[in-house]
Amino acid sequence: MIWAKEETLSRQEIEAIQLDKLQKVVARVYEKVPYYREKMDAIGMKPEDVKTLDDLKKLPFTTKQDMRDTYPFGLFAVDKSELARIHASSGTTGKPTVVGYTKKDLDVWSECVARLAVMGGATKEDVCQICFGYGMFTGALGLHNGLEHIGACIIPASTGNSEKQIMYMKDFGTTLLVATPSYALRLGEVATQMGLNPQTDLALKTALVGSELMTEPMRAEMKKLYGDKLVVTQNYGMSELMGPGVSGECTELCGMHVNEDHFIAEVIDPVTGENLPAGEKGELVVTCLSKDAIPLIRYRTRDITRLMYEPCKCGRTTVRMENLSGRTDDMLKIKGVNVFPSQIEEVLLNTEEIGPHYEIIVDRKNHTDILTIRVELAPASMTDDYKALEKIKLKLRGSLRTMLGLDAIINLESPNTLQRFEGKAKRVTDNRKK
Amino acid sequence: MKQLTVFIENRMGRLEEVTDILSKNNINIICISLADTSEYGMLRMIVSQPAAACEVLCNSGFSALLTDVTAVKLPHHFGSLKKLSGLLSSNSIDISYMYALTSGDDAAIVIKTSDNEKAEALISEEYEILGASKVYNM
Ligand SMILES: [Zn+2]
Repeated sequence: MIWAKEETLSRQEIEAIQLDKLQKVVARVYEKVPYYREKMDAIGMKPEDVKTLDDLKKLPFTTKQDMRDTYPFGLFAVDKSELARIHASSGTTGKPTVVGYTKKDLDVWSECVARLAVMGGATKEDVCQICFGYGMFTGALGLHNGLEHIGACIIPASTGNSEKQIMYMKDFGTTLLVATPSYALRLGEVATQMGLNPQTDLALKTALVGSELMTEPMRAEMKKLYGDKLVVTQNYGMSELMGPGVSGECTELCGMHVNEDHFIAEVIDPVTGENLPAGEKGELVVTCLSKDAIPLIRYRTRDITRLMYEPCKCGRTTVRMENLSGRTDDMLKIKGVNVFPSQIEEVLLNTEEIGPHYEIIVDRKNHTDILTIRVELAPASMTDDYKALEKIKLKLRGSLRTMLGLDAIINLESPNTLQRFEGKAKRVTDNRKK
Repeated sequence: MKQLTVFIENRMGRLEEVTDILSKNNINIICISLADTSEYGMLRMIVSQPAAACEVLCNSGFSALLTDVTAVKLPHHFGSLKKLSGLLSSNSIDISYMYALTSGDDAAIVIKTSDNEKAEALISEEYEILGASKVYNM
């Protein structure tokens, strides 16, 4: 099922809506937000200079730092009296980033989330257990309102007390789970420890995961736990832009459809800031077209993805963003090429002769960057033949060259020699910075 | 006869770790061969209890495996090695690698070929093949 007619417009129709809204929002921030006006004046740009969608490129970016600099309400484009809600994202350092919503913004938000929920498999018959932390975080209330909007029944379970979560799930007949992928996996484990079989004792049909990156192995693990029929889709958003609701996977699982009548997505080279052609990987930049309270222009998400404009098998015509492959903070520039550790990881995961652990080392010798990748030989590929090992190295080098356009030195090591990480892994050592 | 192969990074200490583990488990190393490569090496060994050695090394996180090899006693006269390799190559058997094994007054070698069974049949007609039980107790 497709929730809104805006999801199946022709490119021309989508772009007409986008241009109209863009011109209005730029005029509005220029008038209402001194911070944006100063930035535009500094480059001699006026709202009427936005004549085509292409002119978006000329507008300055907004960054997380801009939000911090204008804390708390400096980027708001409405009077405080018009606000209906305030959310904030907990900053790991310093002040949180604060966002606000008017009544109309909340309606648009529910509409955006409703579309993602429906494309991810939700229906109005669903009993939805929301295991995101309620509070200042946008995830829980975002999904809550969106699912309520489609007519589903909500269990606002929040996080914590996993045994009780399983009890609700079983006794209330939860059919749809909203959680981070790691919490969804954790709940499945807890259910098993409680002596339940998640595949037969629970009625779960759909999982809408978000707020952290889901890898394909995680999706596979979830289906293993809850049964192969479980539909697992992820959705994307961040509080600065709205919260959840920017984009989401349809059940074809070929990227996340962007709600393009409310957001314009661009992909740029994170180093130069130049726009990249469709299909190229870079940093996602999003402009909010429909938000009244805090419409960010060209917000740099620091998330790495690429955009795919080809219509999807599901019938939607909205642009799809590939499932995220990391953060710009992780990006390395090696011999002038942008390299994301996630790209290397992808190659390694697809090379069965080696294990899943790795370490990336970048050095500079005689003014040349040298990329070294330490990998472990998988126990099953142990041999007494040097030629066989050289073949594994050559294969890996070839795949990396195809993926990155770079040559790497491969260091084959014994299993269990590389460091294991709990939680966030530190797998990159850049010796050039020393 | 079984050869124990252990994968080691060319890092100081790894070789010592392997020999330590073996000696703690009362396993004797009869002979050892380590090719000189820049990054990693395969330690090829004949040990007194290959299966047990392989197990303790794997349990200690090493990559190890057992391979069939042949130990051949070579008479101490010029050309005997050349004759042996000629015998194999004329029967389309490739020698993958070989290394020395001490055996009293005579020289002996450990060889790995592309077809051990066939090679052993051929070799045994002209040379003495040292059996596993004999070698393991050397
Ligand atoms: Zn689709």
